[in-house]
Amino acid sequence: MIAKIAPIYRHRLFWPVAILILLLLSNLFFTPTFFSIQVKQGHLYGSLIDILRLGAPLILVGIGMTLVIGTGGIDLSVGSVVAIAAAIACGHIAGLPNQDSVSGVLIAIAMSLALCVVLGLWNGFLVAGLGIQPIIATLILMVAGRGIAQLITDGQITTINSSPYSLIGGGYWLGLPFSILVALVVFALSAVLVRRSALGLLLEAVGGNAEASRLTGIRSRRLVWLVYAFCAVTAGIAGLMISSNVNSADGNAAGLFIELDAILAVVIGGTALTGGRFSLAGTVIGALLIQTLTTTILTTGVPPETTMLVKALVVTAVCLLQSPSFRARISRRRAKPVVGPDIEQIQEQRKVPA
Amino acid sequence: MDDDPAVLARQPVLTMRGIHKIFPGVKALDGVDFRLFPGEVHALMGENGAGKSTLIKVLTGVYPIDGGEVRLDGAQLRVSGPGEAQDAGISTVYQEVNLCPNLSVAENIFIGREPRQFGRIKFAEMRQRAGELLRRMEIDIDPGSMLGSHSIAIQQMVAIARAINISARVLVLDEPTSSLDAGEVEQLFRVIRSLRADGVAILFVSHFLDQVFEVADRITVLRNGKLVSEHPIAEISKVQLVNLMIGHELKVLTELEQRSNLSPEEAAARPVVAAAQGLGRKGAIAPVDIVVHEGEVFGLAGLLGSGRTEVVRLFFGADHADSGTIEIGGVAGALRSPATAISRGVAFCSEDRKGEGVMAELSVRENIVMAMQAARGWARPISRRKQDELAAHYIEALDIRPANPEMPVGNLSGGNQQKVLLARWLATEPKLLILDEPTRGIDVGAKAQIQELVVRLARDGMAVFFVSAELEEVLRLSDTIGVLRDRTLVASLPNVDLTQESIMSMIASGAES
Repeated sequence: MIAKIAPIYRHRLFWPVAILILLLLSNLFFTPTFFSIQVKQGHLYGSLIDILRLGAPLILVGIGMTLVIGTGGIDLSVGSVVAIAAAIACGHIAGLPNQDSVSGVLIAIAMSLALCVVLGLWNGFLVAGLGIQPIIATLILMVAGRGIAQLITDGQITTINSSPYSLIGGGYWLGLPFSILVALVVFALSAVLVRRSALGLLLEAVGGNAEASRLTGIRSRRLVWLVYAFCAVTAGIAGLMISSNVNSADGNAAGLFIELDAILAVVIGGTALTGGRFSLAGTVIGALLIQTLTTTILTTGVPPETTMLVKALVVTAVCLLQSPSFRARISRRRAKPVVGPDIEQIQEQRKVPA
Repeated sequence: MDDDPAVLARQPVLTMRGIHKIFPGVKALDGVDFRLFPGEVHALMGENGAGKSTLIKVLTGVYPIDGGEVRLDGAQLRVSGPGEAQDAGISTVYQEVNLCPNLSVAENIFIGREPRQFGRIKFAEMRQRAGELLRRMEIDIDPGSMLGSHSIAIQQMVAIARAINISARVLVLDEPTSSLDAGEVEQLFRVIRSLRADGVAILFVSHFLDQVFEVADRITVLRNGKLVSEHPIAEISKVQLVNLMIGHELKVLTELEQRSNLSPEEAAARPVVAAAQGLGRKGAIAPVDIVVHEGEVFGLAGLLGSGRTEVVRLFFGADHADSGTIEIGGVAGALRSPATAISRGVAFCSEDRKGEGVMAELSVRENIVMAMQAARGWARPISRRKQDELAAHYIEALDIRPANPEMPVGNLSGGNQQKVLLARWLATEPKLLILDEPTRGIDVGAKAQIQELVVRLARDGMAVFFVSAELEEVLRLSDTIGVLRDRTLVASLPNVDLTQESIMSMIASGAES
């Protein structure tokens, strides 16, 4: 019996899931109707649905980030890519004679995501082609990208009024918010792509030991290139979603600091920043945990200024619980120490002859 | 046990009695007794997994003990970390140098214990004291120079100097010679002997039997976590020692001795697998001409830094040749990357297992299929069933232990990691297998298994490059031997009537042949 419980307890997603559940339950204390889901006009409504809907962009960015981190890299530019994707799409739609034209919106989306591929390839070029450290390489686009986004929007907030476009972030399909479905599809496709092909294994090899991978014949440059492009596309989709939700593109604020939340989500999900083993499911849990935390703080009436602090505390707790050395220290403290004189005594004794 | 009375007259500085250490599912140490006298070099011997590392880690406080007692100078010792052990007088120098290459030699020796005045570090005094210490150990380097600018051997001796400076009574040297060449080993041994004369008790762990017999006074043998016996070195032969370590007689080695080499005529009659003409790389290796035939073991001998590794890396495309031509498996053309070489049937086990070989956190199975999967590309995955079959096959064929395909490779011993790497390459069915120091740092049992495997693979028609710092091993396995000196191939000879001495003299003088 106990033997069967132990592995669950040790599972690497145990603590993130446990804390997520704990957070959800604690909401019940403040909002008794927290778990209720209602059907209004054929659409599902409720706090849980809101968490999923608002968490969708972070899940998307997190999925791309997971693969990048899996290769031992990092992508700081995702926030800027979010802003650029939003600016391009909204800019194109704003110029349409009929903003409700479905084909016009599809062209806007295609243009936006195509540019994201280019941006991702740029990052990949700097990292895999020129061998620049990922944190510096992507910092370039992180800084420059905000400027590019503002150039596209002329420094203004581009407001649009397009019902097909607002479906992405604010609409419903099959009774569920469309954004949840998008995140779900991207997650499922990525998971299948990574685990059904050998991509996941090769990425983990590159992240675990890049030089050994090269000497094993893995064409790691191509993989790294591919992964940065993929990450930019997921960030781009998140950008479409965010701008669609507010029907506008703000080059300055869209996706601000989302790279930090995404990295957090990846780490909470059990993927090490040093690369190697990664877990897409873990990242989704991590992203949901962060979103739940944000929602919880807002609904419990904690002053918004302290939001970041509370967030930091919870994240610290999760990371500590996951850290092998912290756990080892806890269990060592529980273990019975061997009885004997202290080191000081020995040093005392040795001082005498000297 | 018959003991040397001169040593026994003294009290042991360190005694370990009935030490138990249990890991989940394994008794790593089972009632081990061990004693160490001042002014002796004591070798701790055993196969990988025998408990040597565990005993050292228990001694230095890395692991808490589960039973038994450790006494230092008669008082019970209880330490909960290497730092405390060091304060008590037990210092350890590990195989890999754990110092900061970007700091000076003097700073490395005194790091954390710098002589200070009013919170300011007294650099002049530090350099002067470091200089004295180095002179006493007969190491002739400038204490103000950057540690990283010196050879690994010197760095290791600086690590020892640091350990000694913390006034170590007990100095643990864990595989200190595995990355040193013959001259450097001699230099290290001079230092060890002078420390012994100063009364330091030295615990020496090495896989090189020759070195153990050269420097040690006394030997303790462990097997499967148990004490086998303790002997003065003079009273035991190498063969006896090996038999004690593995617990039965080693027949494989004698079989290998009786194997007959390919004669030059036989070799020449066989199809050529790889041929290089004027293949070289500036600053790494002068142009070489090498032809390897099917079923031929081509050994490469030379000192550390003589260009052994550099030659074989060119045959794998790990480095780019900037002169000459290479033809492998009938395909000519430069090797742009390892992937190109692999597609022509070359496989390469690097000398740096950890850095360039295994992916430590991936499982044994994943590591075994990796080269094959890389060759197929990511879009054509090897099915899980096929992966399991491959892993099971090689775990059995190469006797990989523990026989658990899902265990992370990083948890395996060096010898077993090496076998996993061999499995990885054998799965690609190469025509040319390059083995760079495949037996370094692994125990006698696994070493013999790998040597036997090389012979068997060659018999089945594989061409093998065999690089090793141990001449004995090169001589035993090779059909043809290339001798390297100062990054130049000075001779390439059929292994007929060659001896360690004749090769050493070629290395020393670069004689023409």
